[in-house]
Order: sequence, then C-alpha cells, then structure tokens
Amino acid sequence: MKIAIASGKGGTGKTTIALNLASVLASSAIRTTYVDCDVEEPNGHIFLNPEIEKSKNVAIPVPLIDFTKCTLCGKCSEICEFNAIAVTPKTVVVFKDMCHGCGGCFHVCPVNAISEIDNIIGIIEIGKSGDINFMQGKLDIGKAFSPPIIRELKRNIPSDDVTILDSPPGTSCPVIEAISDSDYIILITEPTPFGVNDLKLSVEMVRQLEIPFGILINRSDIGDDEVIRYCKKEQLDIILQIPDDREIAVAYSHGKLAVDEIPKYIDDFKNLFEKIHKAVQD
Amino acid sequence: MKELVVISGKGGTGKTSIVAAFASLAKSAVLVDCDVDAADLHIILQPDVEHREEFSGGKLASIRQNDCTSCGKCFELCRYNAIEKSTSPDGKRTIYEIDRIGCEGCGVCAWFCPEKAIDFKESINGEWFISNTRFGKLVHARLGIAEENSGKLVSLVRTAARKVAADNGNELIIIDGSPGIGCPVIASISGAQYVLIVTEPTLSAIHDMERVIQLTKHFNIPTGVCINKWDLNQEISNDIEKNPDIKILGKTSYNTVFTKAQIMRQTVIEYSDNAVADELKSLWENVLYEIG
Ligand code: SF4
Ligand code: SF4
Ligand code: SF4
Ligand code: SF4
Repeated sequence: MKIAIASGKGGTGKTTIALNLASVLASSAIRTTYVDCDVEEPNGHIFLNPEIEKSKNVAIPVPLIDFTKCTLCGKCSEICEFNAIAVTPKTVVVFKDMCHGCGGCFHVCPVNAISEIDNIIGIIEIGKSGDINFMQGKLDIGKAFSPPIIRELKRNIPSDDVTILDSPPGTSCPVIEAISDSDYIILITEPTPFGVNDLKLSVEMVRQLEIPFGILINRSDIGDDEVIRYCKKEQLDIILQIPDDREIAVAYSHGKLAVDEIPKYIDDFKNLFEKIHKAVQD
Repeated sequence: MKELVVISGKGGTGKTSIVAAFASLAKSAVLVDCDVDAADLHIILQPDVEHREEFSGGKLASIRQNDCTSCGKCFELCRYNAIEKSTSPDGKRTIYEIDRIGCEGCGVCAWFCPEKAIDFKESINGEWFISNTRFGKLVHARLGIAEENSGKLVSLVRTAARKVAADNGNELIIIDGSPGIGCPVIASISGAQYVLIVTEPTLSAIHDMERVIQLTKHFNIPTGVCINKWDLNQEISNDIEKNPDIKILGKTSYNTVFTKAQIMRQTVIEYSDNAVADELKSLWENVLYEIG
C-alpha cells in the first residue's frame, strides 16, 4: 500500500507527519518504507539519520553531435520543443540543462550524427534507519527537472511494504509524479487563509487523479475555522487534527520526531493508519 | 530598476507574510507573485484585476482514433510512458491513447506518426494578471492544476512586471519567489539583483537554506538571510549567525501576529504597532541598503 503525504505549500508539516506515521508503523512490526520524493529539498534524512546502502545517479540522455557527419540541416532544432538545441550556419549548440531527453533529435537526424550521453541531474539513495526502509532522491544544484529522479525512486520501491511517500509541495508536475499511483493521499493544511487557499488547489488536483484522500489539519488551533467550514461544505474527510504544540515545534527544530519525544501522539498516528487502511479497502 | 526576490527553500517560513510587509513599507515598488504553485500574496493584497492574459506552457499530444492504424510507433518512441495501450472491447484492435497528465509535450509521437494521426497543439494551462492593490501594482498568475512549465510562467510574469515598472517609473520590483531549487526558482531568481532568503531555526530549514544559497551562488546573485521565529530555537539561530558564509539582514520573532494579520487580510505592518513590525522595518532598511 502506498500512502502519499502532500500539501499545497511547504512548511505545513508534511515531512513530520510522514515520518511520525512511518515510525509508528515500523514499531508495530509493519514493514515500512519512507520515500522522500521532495528531491529539491529532501529533509527526511535529518530526522532518520539513515545508513545509505545503495546509491545511483539519475541522468537524462542528452544529444552529442558528431560534427564529421552533421550537415547542419537544422532538423534537430526543428523537432526540439524545449529550445535545447540550436543550429547556426556554422555549428550545432546543445543546451544540456534545458534538454528533457525526449530523443526527438536523435531519431530525426537524417545522417545519424546524433548519439546520446548521460547528463547527471541527481541521485537516489536507498538505506535503512532502524526498522524503517529509507529512500530519497536529490536534485543537483542548478538542474531544473526533478520528475526523472522521482520516477527513478518509484521504480525502486519494494512492492510489499507500506510505503509512505513524502511529496514535494505544490500542485505541479513533480507533485503529480510523486503521488499519481498511490492508494491514498493525505493532504496537510493549516487553518489559515493561506492554508485554505492552497488546500483548495490540492483538493482540485487529487480529485482529478481520482485517488481516495483525507485532510489532516496541522497546528489546528492557530487560525480560524474557515478550513473546517470548507471541508464540511465539500464533504471532505478530516482524518486528524494536531494542535499547535510548542513541544512538537521544538522537537522538530532539533531534528526529533513527535512520537519519539511525546508518546501521547503515538495513538493518534495508529488511529490515522487504521482509518486509511479502512478507506483503501472500501 | 532593481529586482529583489524573496525565497525560502521550502515555504511555510513566513516568506509571503514578509513580502506583504515589504509591500506596505516600500514607497514605490511593483509587486510580483512568482510562487505560482501556491500563490498566496493576493489574499493579503486583495487585487483588482486590470489586465488578464491566458498562458500556454507548451503543447500536448492527442491521437485521433479514426486515423490511427495501431502501428505502435508512438508507443515505442514516447520516453515518458504517456501512451497507454489497451485492447478494444471487441478484442480486434489495439488502442493507443495519450495520458494528458503524463505527456511531457515533446511532440516526438506526432512527428513520427506515419498516419499523421496525432494532433499536437498549444494547451492553455494558466492565466496571468496585472492588478491594482492598495500598495501599487501586482503582477501575479495562476497555473492550472497538474500543469508543467511553471518556470516559463514565472519568466513571463517577471517580464510583465519589468514592463509595468518601466511604464510607471518604479525603481524596485519585489518578487515573492517559488519554493525548491528547480525550474520555477531558477526562473524566479536568474538575473535578479538581490535574493533574500527567509529561514527558520530548524535543522530542516537550515538544510533547505544551504541548498538555496548554493543555488544563488551558482547564479552569482548577492544573497542575505532573515531568520524568522528566531527565538524558537536560539541555539540554532546562533549557529546560523555565526556562519561566515551567511549574511544576516534581520531576525523576526515567533509571534501569532503573522497568523492574526493574515486572517484580517492585513500585512503585519498594518495589523498594529507590534514588536514584529519594528523587526520587519529594520529588516527592510537593511535590505534596501544592501540593494543599494
Ligand atoms: S539533424 Fe543531424 S545533421 Fe541535421 S543539424 Fe542536427 S545533427 Fe546536424
Ligand atoms: S533530446 Fe529532445 S529535448 Fe533534448 S535536445 Fe533532443 S529534441 Fe531537444
Ligand atoms: S504512431 Fe500514429 S498510427 Fe501508429 S499507433 Fe501511434 S497514433 Fe496510431
Ligand atoms: S508528446 Fe512526447 S510525451 Fe507526449 S505522448 Fe507524445 S511522445 Fe509522449
């Protein structure tokens, strides 16, 4: 079973919730994998201090021009939708960091002057932290596209485990890549005007994906009741509310988990999993 | 004309509230929301839209089933697994269909389809606006759900903002940047004069901040830092301040006025005279000094 944790904006406590859930499951003898899909800013490792056992570079195949064959016909630049290859009267220039690796130029070149080489954009790492299987991806600084790294992570997920996917924030392409084939999505929000605005976008997104989901209201007592009213109106399932507990915030600031520091939250997360389990089975 | 970009790595550190506060402190600035994923600045600024335009971030492919001969070429060529293969209900034919969400918009399938059975057209996937607010012009945007190319939308919004600033004689553009380190952030900061990073004294936020600092170094943009909620963990705040690579321009305290002001649709400066407002004013002075 794959459970994705997502939120419209960052900083709502996505990683904390994901890790607390993973930790509670693992200590109940359920085989659990935590996957940090927030490859632009992965944070899970700070809390888990995993031992990395395997790592693998992730690359995009980018064109390499053989100038002894190239006739400067311009076809490669014509097919490229991403302005990643330009043909001038004298030469062909490849902008490798704009290339999406679609292979169009490679296939279209009439004289086979194009081969493909790897442009490394990041890495995936697989390891263990206590009972939790750990996976994360990291986008290299200055590289623009994270979805290929998320794709590679997902190819390596062990199929029998309960998998907790810590999604990037937002509603655009990397998020879709992370959550699109999960069995359940937890949307995290805060009871503030920003929180509600971002939640509405997230709800619109998961409805398009047609995956069952529930709302978790974090720091549930900091704002107003607009988020509750919105959930009622839209008949959304509020699966858990966690109050603004300075103890949690301080534990978090040190890289510690709430369920390890403040035992009263263990049952909350156990119940949360029960609810999700039931929802997935229905 | 100068561009100041406020980013945070992950968001949720108070970045938008700080941008809104700057909006009420700046004398004559154009405001820009480049956090097109989670665009929230409009909630505080309550814009009146004056100009609206559609945005096409790229093209999408779709197969005209009547013209398709099920040769399978497109399926073989698509590197994004965006073409789905199934069997027709009578079992006689293989059907190929394109998954709109998975399609990267590369056009390779359409180019090579021997029957020319694939349409490849611009898809409208967002809108952008120029609006009036109580603090001046705001340029903002909305990207459709599950859409790609937020980087392109960010560049478009910035270009529009520069034009607005030139037309109105504004000296400064204040940009609420995108989270992360990928394409929308790169598009938010490239070519800007100054980046302010809003961080928090948590190990996670520091880690995010270090990644964005590397990014601004990579693009050679002068960068300063504001520690929000600095008193949440003073030990970590002290560590940040001691780091010689980091230029601290201000510290703001852990305070409920951020949320209270947000609920009233006000900036922290407007909300009331409070200690945080003073902290923000001194941050703003320092930022102005740095930008020069
Ligand atoms: S398509 Fe091939 S021959 Fe034509 S310009 Fe590109 S590399 Fe050269
Ligand atoms: S592989 Fe695709 S994106 Fe890259 S240069 Fe070739 S045509 Fe352009
Ligand atoms: S390449 Fe064209 S004809 Fe062949 S399966 Fe695809 S759409 Fe149909
Ligand atoms: S346009 Fe590119 S990504 Fe989209 S279906 Fe065709 S080959 Fe695949």
